[in-house]
Amino acid sequence: MSVLRNTREAMRRDRVFGFLQPEPDFALPVDTSHGAILYVDDVSVRFDGFLALNRLNLSVDEGELRCIIGPNGAGKTTMMDVITGKTRPDEGRVFFGQSIDLLSLDEYQIARGGIGRKFQKPTVFEALSVFDNLELSMASDKGAWKTLFHRLTPEQRTRIDEVLQIVGLQEQRARMAGALSHGQKQWLEIGMLLMQNPRVLLVDEPVAGMTGDETERTAELLLSLAGGHTVIVVEHDMAFVRSIARRVTVLHQGSVLAEGSMNQIQSDPKVIEVYLGEEA
Amino acid sequence: MLTRRLFLSDWGGMAVLVLLLAMAVAVPYANLVLPPESPWHLSTYWVALIGKFLTFALLALAIDLIWGYAGILSLGHGAFFGLGGYAMGMYLTRQIGDRGVYGNPELPDFMVFLSYESLPWYWWGFDMFWFAMLMVVLVPGLLALVFGWLAFRSRVTGVYFAIITQALVFALMLAFFRNEMGFGGNNGLTDFKDILGFPVQARETRVALFVISALVLILAYIASRFIVTSRFGRVLIAVRDAESRARFSGYRVEHYKVWLFVFSAMLAGIAGALYVPQVGIINPGEFAPLRSIEAVLWVAVGGRGSLFGAIIGAFAVNGAKTWFTTAHPEVWLFALGALFVLVTLFLPRGLVGIFRRRRREDDA
Repeated sequence: MSVLRNTREAMRRDRVFGFLQPEPDFALPVDTSHGAILYVDDVSVRFDGFLALNRLNLSVDEGELRCIIGPNGAGKTTMMDVITGKTRPDEGRVFFGQSIDLLSLDEYQIARGGIGRKFQKPTVFEALSVFDNLELSMASDKGAWKTLFHRLTPEQRTRIDEVLQIVGLQEQRARMAGALSHGQKQWLEIGMLLMQNPRVLLVDEPVAGMTGDETERTAELLLSLAGGHTVIVVEHDMAFVRSIARRVTVLHQGSVLAEGSMNQIQSDPKVIEVYLGEEA
Repeated sequence: MLTRRLFLSDWGGMAVLVLLLAMAVAVPYANLVLPPESPWHLSTYWVALIGKFLTFALLALAIDLIWGYAGILSLGHGAFFGLGGYAMGMYLTRQIGDRGVYGNPELPDFMVFLSYESLPWYWWGFDMFWFAMLMVVLVPGLLALVFGWLAFRSRVTGVYFAIITQALVFALMLAFFRNEMGFGGNNGLTDFKDILGFPVQARETRVALFVISALVLILAYIASRFIVTSRFGRVLIAVRDAESRARFSGYRVEHYKVWLFVFSAMLAGIAGALYVPQVGIINPGEFAPLRSIEAVLWVAVGGRGSLFGAIIGAFAVNGAKTWFTTAHPEVWLFALGALFVLVTLFLPRGLVGIFRRRRREDDA
């Protein structure tokens, strides 16, 4: 019956065929007139009967630094997969600004459009230099033909140097990314996101495996990015969350359990039961 | 600027290119100018043999480009090599004209034998050299485009991709074995007479084909270097090592893979087209899955991920094969097996890895 359903979906009279639709023009400013830059509306994802996301609702304001916490299996990574186009939800809608429907876009379009994602395990191009890693991530024409004949402009070089400065890897610019320490790889990956000129940064466990010093520097880095960018951080490390969070969302079993300031969250009996209680 | 990018820090590649150029000059000289009594005289047999190795080296280069740089393991590159070879074979067959056994000016011998009434439509145009040469690159390129697009769009990678390329080449072999396909069945196409009016068997023609093969290999090497040293090449390495990162950095990974695959298939097609007039036959045996696997092994022996390593590997393995099969035919298969075991165990970066390691020790 899925054939019938797909055909019916393709033939819907209130829509143009997908392939005829123009690609969304991300050069236009994203419409954030109502304050929010990202809406996740009633999203459900099922994996073989398991509900990874259960009618999740989330709205993130422009320039906000939002922390998302939750026990393992709460659906944090699945939520990121949905926002970045990797997983298609079974139900619900996801909007970027007021008008851009993220569910109709592919990963590369969402990435080009201004949503950058850092993976849980630091993922950089290990066989390339730090400089090359940033160069490849830069917002520019990423068509195959264009890259074949591409040359760096002086402005682009300056931009790469700027980002090297921001993430503190000037000394490492010519080193192979594979030779960096774990913490440096995390920063490099954040730097790669910045090169994309993103509106929204999705950062998955940025301080996992970092030393105390490195954690502190990362906190500073993320705090300095908020405002200019919208930053969404998924993290397990409660001390770290406490040090950066203004607004915290707690996920549990695929939906929002509580939302508010760190203090509100910490005193919420539901949260204490499912999550914070485990730690204490 | 460009020359710097292409050749600087590629000392091995430079050495191989110089060697190829030297061969393109010295081999014709040793064959055509030096008298047969001279100890430096090279017999036509050797010219044809080394010429054949040159086309194998081109095939190895094509495989290394996608395997070494984009991590796409194709165990079916014999498909593109064979198709390029068939396009050339069809041109050469049409050049036979009425000099075939049956003396039919319109139809090749095997078609007369199979009582064809007229030339099948897909043979039209192959009496023209330019058309045949166009097909040499277009047919493999188109097959790679369709096949690659379907595979890469569905995100088929790694061993699954390798297996379906095996299926592809095997399917082509079965198809070309059939007489009703109109490509000469299991006998293939052979008994060629002329290429562009020059007799195929003549010494001068063979030397000319040798020189062309060497020059084409050099050009293909430079073109491949251009690709891998461009930003496109760095994207390929990015895709090879962290595909999802590349996707979330805004790259349409499947486009990169498809275009590289098409380019590689075209190189393989050209290799096949140069191979056929030098060996004088093309038959469905070229589509045997084992042949494609062997070609991947040349790359592994030479050094995956280094373009000149592929060329060295093709020469080393085929040279060893020729020597063994004439000197000690009974041990060849054992020697081949031992070679691959030894290379895998001790030279994970191939023959090229030996020099690399030594250089690194020098630096230290």
